[in-house]
Amino acid sequence: MHAVAVDGVWKYYGDFPALRDIRLESEPGSCLALIGRNGAGKTTLLRILAGFNRPGKGTVRIQGREPRETETRRNIGFIGHGIAVYDELSAMENLTLYAKLYGLDDPKRVAMHWLEQTGLERVRDGLVREFSRGMRQRLAVARSFLHNPSVLLLDEPFTALDDRAIAVLQRLLREGLAAGKTIVMSTHQLREALELASHVALLNRGQVAFHGLRTPEMVADPGWVYARYGEG
Amino acid sequence: MEFARQVLVIAAKDLRAELRTKEALNASAAFALVILLLFSFAFDPDAETTREIASGLLWIVFAFAGTLLLNRSFARELPNDCLDALVAAPVPGAALFLGKVLANYVLLIAIEMLSLVVFGIFYNVRWTVQFGQLMFVLVLGTWALTIMGTIFSALTVNIRLREVMLPILIYPFLVPALMSAMQLTVGLMAGKPIGPETANWVPMLIGFNVIYTAVSVFLVETVLVG
Amino acid sequence: MRNTILFVLGIAAIVILGIDIYRIAGLPDERNQGAIFKIIFFHVPLAITAFGCATVAFVSSILFLVKKNFKYDAIAVSVTEVGLAFLAGNLITGSIWARIIWGVWWVWDVRLTSALVCWILYASYLMIRHAVEEPTQRARLAAVVSIFAFIDVPIVYFSIRLFRTQHPGPVFFSSSGSFPPDWSLILLFNLIALYMLGAVFSMIRLNQEDAQREIDSLRREAHAF
Repeated sequence: MHAVAVDGVWKYYGDFPALRDIRLESEPGSCLALIGRNGAGKTTLLRILAGFNRPGKGTVRIQGREPRETETRRNIGFIGHGIAVYDELSAMENLTLYAKLYGLDDPKRVAMHWLEQTGLERVRDGLVREFSRGMRQRLAVARSFLHNPSVLLLDEPFTALDDRAIAVLQRLLREGLAAGKTIVMSTHQLREALELASHVALLNRGQVAFHGLRTPEMVADPGWVYARYGEG
Repeated sequence: MEFARQVLVIAAKDLRAELRTKEALNASAAFALVILLLFSFAFDPDAETTREIASGLLWIVFAFAGTLLLNRSFARELPNDCLDALVAAPVPGAALFLGKVLANYVLLIAIEMLSLVVFGIFYNVRWTVQFGQLMFVLVLGTWALTIMGTIFSALTVNIRLREVMLPILIYPFLVPALMSAMQLTVGLMAGKPIGPETANWVPMLIGFNVIYTAVSVFLVETVLVG
Repeated sequence: MRNTILFVLGIAAIVILGIDIYRIAGLPDERNQGAIFKIIFFHVPLAITAFGCATVAFVSSILFLVKKNFKYDAIAVSVTEVGLAFLAGNLITGSIWARIIWGVWWVWDVRLTSALVCWILYASYLMIRHAVEEPTQRARLAAVVSIFAFIDVPIVYFSIRLFRTQHPGPVFFSSSGSFPPDWSLILLFNLIALYMLGAVFSMIRLNQEDAQREIDSLRREAHAF
């Protein structure tokens, strides 16, 4: 069973197809880097995988089930453009909240553990609105990992991260991959992403223009895929 | 039960966040007081006219001040894209919705009690005479306000002109509920218990609450998930 | 093909209305109210047609949410706009009647007040459509509002009726006699004619809506990349 299976997915805004006949599979333990120009449909596809939107046509299966099913949601971790933590709550309160929402045992201990994992244990009672940008990003990473999801969906996660946050995220992603997690990550930061990726897919105008293994050429020259398969 | 636990987690989160900043609470309370003040200039409150207009006035204050609060309900999830995280969590849309309804309800009741006290002082109306029944009407009427306000808050969360659209949507829908609450409050303010003339409004209000709670719970996932 | 049907329906509706108006003009005046009572021949069918439009909108909205096909959304908006126009006609004829009979432009009787509240409800449906730009989101949210609105229609009516039993006010159109059967026939024909007109206007609006959707998607495609 594929970890992520997209079959014949179309997404319409009105009559305009933002995604056209997308077919992709990802196996457990793989990391798919989703690249493409702005407006190609990366965010749209990720949001459909995460269950925020429904496709107009076609099916999406995460570990064999629909994204909106409760069991699936328990196993998905999502990082979008926003950090999805509350400014008016403390770091500890935020993580405890999510631990409770995900039905985890001993939410406070889980929250504390992930504060330590992301280097935020010293500011655990600080309100998020007082945090620096890098701290907020690290808290977002903690939030998306704390329920130990087996599928991680990340929308341009390295954008606007400071180097400490990048290091934390890369470490967690590597550990996750080694533990058999599946990652689908859209990105503009080709270098950081391609280091982690096992597979690459290029989206162009809502279609999959390329989907295959990450090769040494790609790592050496991140623009190689665009040049070969993209337009302009 | 898991569902009830999730409802309480969401409600607690909303209440904690609101009580920490008190933005919506303060705005709502201030607005209620200002309306009460302004209305006192609109007419000369001698005993008879006051009592008749009183209940209508009171529910208008609750509805207007309440809308300020209810607007925040889903709007507070917009900064940092928190709504995404809530929708992605393994929490049924109904639990998310009812948790917010519960939090809004508590806050709205607080505003209403404050308004009642001020109202009694400004307009010299003794509302404590039928206290039990008045609270009964308050409980039912506030539920109607809260349910409609919360579902429409969810509906308008992602559209522009959200603050304008919520009142425009909510008030026509609330006509039956507000009417029922006002009619029931009239007699109670005059010290008369709910009697044979007014008793029919109670099932109307309860019916409204039941129907719209059911419809809202049923449709909330459609509203939240594209 | 669609246009032929529209044409035929439209002509038929106008013919029926023409015949009816001619016959209505020939009817004797009512005892208490004079000539103005004849407005009932339009006032009542307008309300019934408006309610029919609301029902179609309700069903169409549910169908859209279930099937996600945009033609149901187009039907819902077209039919709602037509219904609003008819309901406005109902309100205006009611107002005219009230002015002639009671000397005031408005009476808060049960049916007029209910009609007014329902008009505002469905006007808010149109307003939410204007507030949402993205077509799929707009259709989805509007469908939810339409469902809520339809459920409210009977609740509004019964609550205002309950209000009026306790605070009796002027009752619109308390005609003292009963309605002769051949007059009921005129009313029925008017109703049919208005339904036909409603269908014609809705279909014209539907065409418009389809064209607008196509333009929107073409524009999006042209500007997207």
